[in-house]
Amino acid sequence: MLNREFITRLEVITGPENVTTTPEDLLTYSYDATADMPSQLPDVVVSPRSTREVREIIKLAGKHRIPVYPRGSGTNLSGGTIPVKKGIVLSLLRMDQILEIDADNLTATVQPGVIIQDLNTAVAPYGLIYPPDPGTVATATMGGSVSECSGGLRGLKYGVTKHYVMGLEVVLANGEVVRLGGKTVKNVTAYDLVKLFTGAEGTLGIITEITVKLIPAPEFKKSMLAVFKNLVDAGNTVSAIVKNKVIPATLEIMDNMTIRTVENFVKIGLPTDSEAILLIEVDGIKGVVLKEAETVLRVVRANNGEIKVAETDAERDKLWAGRRAALPALAQLSPTTVLEDATVPRSKITEMLVAIQAIAAKYSLRIGTFGHAGDGNLHPTIVTDERNHEEMARVHQAVDEIFAVALQLGGTLSGEHGIGIAKLKYLGQELGETGLNLLRRVKEALDPDYLLNPGKMVPVKGE
Amino acid sequence: MDNSIPLKKVRAEIAKCMKCGNCMAVCPIYKATKAEAGVARGKIQLAAALLEGRLPFTHGVEERLMTCLTCKACSANCPCGVKADEIILAARAAVAGKLGLPLIKTAAFSALKRPLLFDWGLKLGSRFQGIFLKDNGQGNRSPRFPIGLDSKRVLPVLAGVTFRDAFVPVSLANPRLKVAFFTGCVTNYIYTEVGKAAVEVLRANNIEVIVPEEQHCCGAPVRIHGDVATAEEMARSHVDSFAKLQVDAIITVCGTCGETFQHSYPELLVNDRVYGPKAGKIAGITHDISEFLVNVVKINSAALSGVNLKVTYHDPCHLVRGMGVSREPREILRAIPGVSLTELKNPARCCGGAGSFSLTHYGLSMDIHRHKADDIRASGAEVVVTGCGSCRMQLEDGLRQHGTPRKVMHTVEVLAQAYAGQKAGDVPA
Ligand SMILES: Cc1cc2nc3c(=O)[nH]c(=O)nc-3n(C[C@H](O)[C@H](O)[C@H](O)COP(=O)(O)OP(=O)(O)OC[C@H]3O[C@@H](n4cnc5c(N)ncnc54)[C@H](O)[C@@H]3O)c2cc1C
Repeated sequence: MLNREFITRLEVITGPENVTTTPEDLLTYSYDATADMPSQLPDVVVSPRSTREVREIIKLAGKHRIPVYPRGSGTNLSGGTIPVKKGIVLSLLRMDQILEIDADNLTATVQPGVIIQDLNTAVAPYGLIYPPDPGTVATATMGGSVSECSGGLRGLKYGVTKHYVMGLEVVLANGEVVRLGGKTVKNVTAYDLVKLFTGAEGTLGIITEITVKLIPAPEFKKSMLAVFKNLVDAGNTVSAIVKNKVIPATLEIMDNMTIRTVENFVKIGLPTDSEAILLIEVDGIKGVVLKEAETVLRVVRANNGEIKVAETDAERDKLWAGRRAALPALAQLSPTTVLEDATVPRSKITEMLVAIQAIAAKYSLRIGTFGHAGDGNLHPTIVTDERNHEEMARVHQAVDEIFAVALQLGGTLSGEHGIGIAKLKYLGQELGETGLNLLRRVKEALDPDYLLNPGKMVPVKGE
Repeated sequence: MDNSIPLKKVRAEIAKCMKCGNCMAVCPIYKATKAEAGVARGKIQLAAALLEGRLPFTHGVEERLMTCLTCKACSANCPCGVKADEIILAARAAVAGKLGLPLIKTAAFSALKRPLLFDWGLKLGSRFQGIFLKDNGQGNRSPRFPIGLDSKRVLPVLAGVTFRDAFVPVSLANPRLKVAFFTGCVTNYIYTEVGKAAVEVLRANNIEVIVPEEQHCCGAPVRIHGDVATAEEMARSHVDSFAKLQVDAIITVCGTCGETFQHSYPELLVNDRVYGPKAGKIAGITHDISEFLVNVVKINSAALSGVNLKVTYHDPCHLVRGMGVSREPREILRAIPGVSLTELKNPARCCGGAGSFSLTHYGLSMDIHRHKADDIRASGAEVVVTGCGSCRMQLEDGLRQHGTPRKVMHTVEVLAQAYAGQKAGDVPA
């Protein structure tokens, strides 16, 4: 428990209406969107409205060695905002201003609490888009998505969040404010510190301002659905499309278990007897798009797939609704949904898909796999019940094995959901002891007392 | 009684929530407060904590549960189909069972339960409202001196004679259909012209209208505040008075009343062997007026004369998400020659009124209304059409507070003008 004097000081900084210590409120900051996680009540929730207020809060916390957990919308899937060691939840939601849209330089500058979709709505009249689009575009904040380096459905062609972050303002653990990067396309001044804070999961500093790159909106799109009787054919098609020099904006996969579940949930006529489907969208200049669509058609057929092209917006919307329903539909099957994020090089996607099926069979678990196949980023989703301890033990073994396979195939633990607390224990497998030590040295250089989002991303030595 | 019974009933619903937070995209309260306890995800976790005994029943939790418009936007947007509004109402019921209702509401609800007393109170109110409320010259009133209402607030005038008192039954020689009209409180005591318009339009279509005397508040306000026992009592009383009628349909002109007849009564009485089936029967023949006119009566647009109006349409939460009615009022408006309908950007976003919410949370309610006022201003419409009296009260007040005064009408009023061949200007606001 923090003493009253400390709380009063916080209230002086932000005004009492932006500080809460009532148990009912604290309870609602004890979790995020991650399943199978411990929950913990913070001591206080503070909602600053300016960089100055953030700075004062960080200084005060530092002086008293109180942990601080930055939080956007709490939609992350790695336990990243759970205040495991109690202390202060720093909600950035009330810093929600779009500061500038610079159509000459194709940039926008925002406060961290701006919702991704709101930025897109604001730049749409300029004919521009901000491409990173996690499933949570309508809810996630810019600060949260920069801190997770979120991906989304358009990663293959447009990249992920880090490819769009050009400048940051950060409040460091010692309360100093630093501005990094800016609006220039080129910038090699010093280390690439913008990238260091992007994806840092709130463990190195508090992001208080973000300048991002915008791009012209594509003028034309074509969406297609490819249906396969055989998982291997689907996997091969993914690599073959790219090999044929077509880079679709979207190249998503769903396995049979996911297809059946989604169809049962939204009834849009998906082929429930197929082993896998691919959802493919090419976009850009009309002539090019039509040509690329033809290549896709050819490749799919050559790999024993059947293809349907969405002819109308309504048909396209239906396909997308199906994809968006994947996670919620699987989540309906049982109380607990363990969603993984293992990622492999695109050429290994077939092997990964087959391995996941084998793991499901070995541990008698229900695993539905969908995800961003073009990025090699799969979301094997285990539907289970955390009250069933025996099954949960098998779930944890299966997860261990999924990660082991991904790493063997030259992949990584997380493509876009981050490490948080959920994947902390696997970190050594990918980075090795040397890597872990390097991680700690970076952390300690910036936050020697482990006050910023402690317990996440960087395993505390000896714990 | 075990106070957690209402929560136990929604245990499975609570378990369905995967905490993805999609409700944050649509919750008007959350958009205004940016507090997790404001949104369904937070409230569901509070409900879970109450159910599991991790949180005591406090006034703090009560206040958070009450800070909800019951607009159902969360439920409509939930990818997992969680009925968040039902969880919240169940939690309110559990809290009310433990802490009792807030004092002011206890008084108001016991009046609702005694229809005569309530009726008498409101009639008395209409006689004496001039003492407390000053006429602002535009057919609305603001409080003269503080009476627990925000003094800037614009309130509609209570009718001198209630709709039901003024109603004169007419039996038609050879009616096509016969319907019972459930007026709802706002139409009976405030916007009596809506009731008159509904009757005129129905009669113009050769439909006989009866207005059963044994009717009072539908009970939604008490149910929404967690007083399930009173809500059940009120449901039974309406089941008694409506199930015995020989009518083809029951007509409502308010989404909340209609939804209560269609969904709440059967749910409230589901375990009652006598009343349950009867509630199901009246639910099955309950129609919102616009839905009835379009889908059952299939009104003939050739019979409509021109009404020159630039309108926009606001979807009441309980009409669009409770009764699933949104196409029909628009069809009616488009069928009337001279009416030009401009859609709002976000027509189904809650206006912030939510019945007594606007009384208990006036500031927040007006913050929420700002979006609606901006949207309406941008539409360029002269008249806002809607299908709920409670929304209308909020729109009239809120639009004025936000510097965009507009006339507000019920869909059926515009239609009645088309039947009467009147011009828009003739009808008082
Ligand atoms: C249904 C669903 C679908 C999803 N789909 C995708 C997807 O397709 N792709 C994808 O990549 N992710 C996806 N996610 C994960 C999640 O939505 C993203 O990671 C999102 O960007 C997180 O944003 P947030 O505002 O909710 O951040 P939060 O969850 O609040 O925070 C995320 C992390 O950032 C830190 N943080 C937040 N704000 C700041 C700040 N201002 N300064 C420093 N640190 C900060 C927090 O401490 C935490 O570590 C999905 C999640 C759900 C529930």
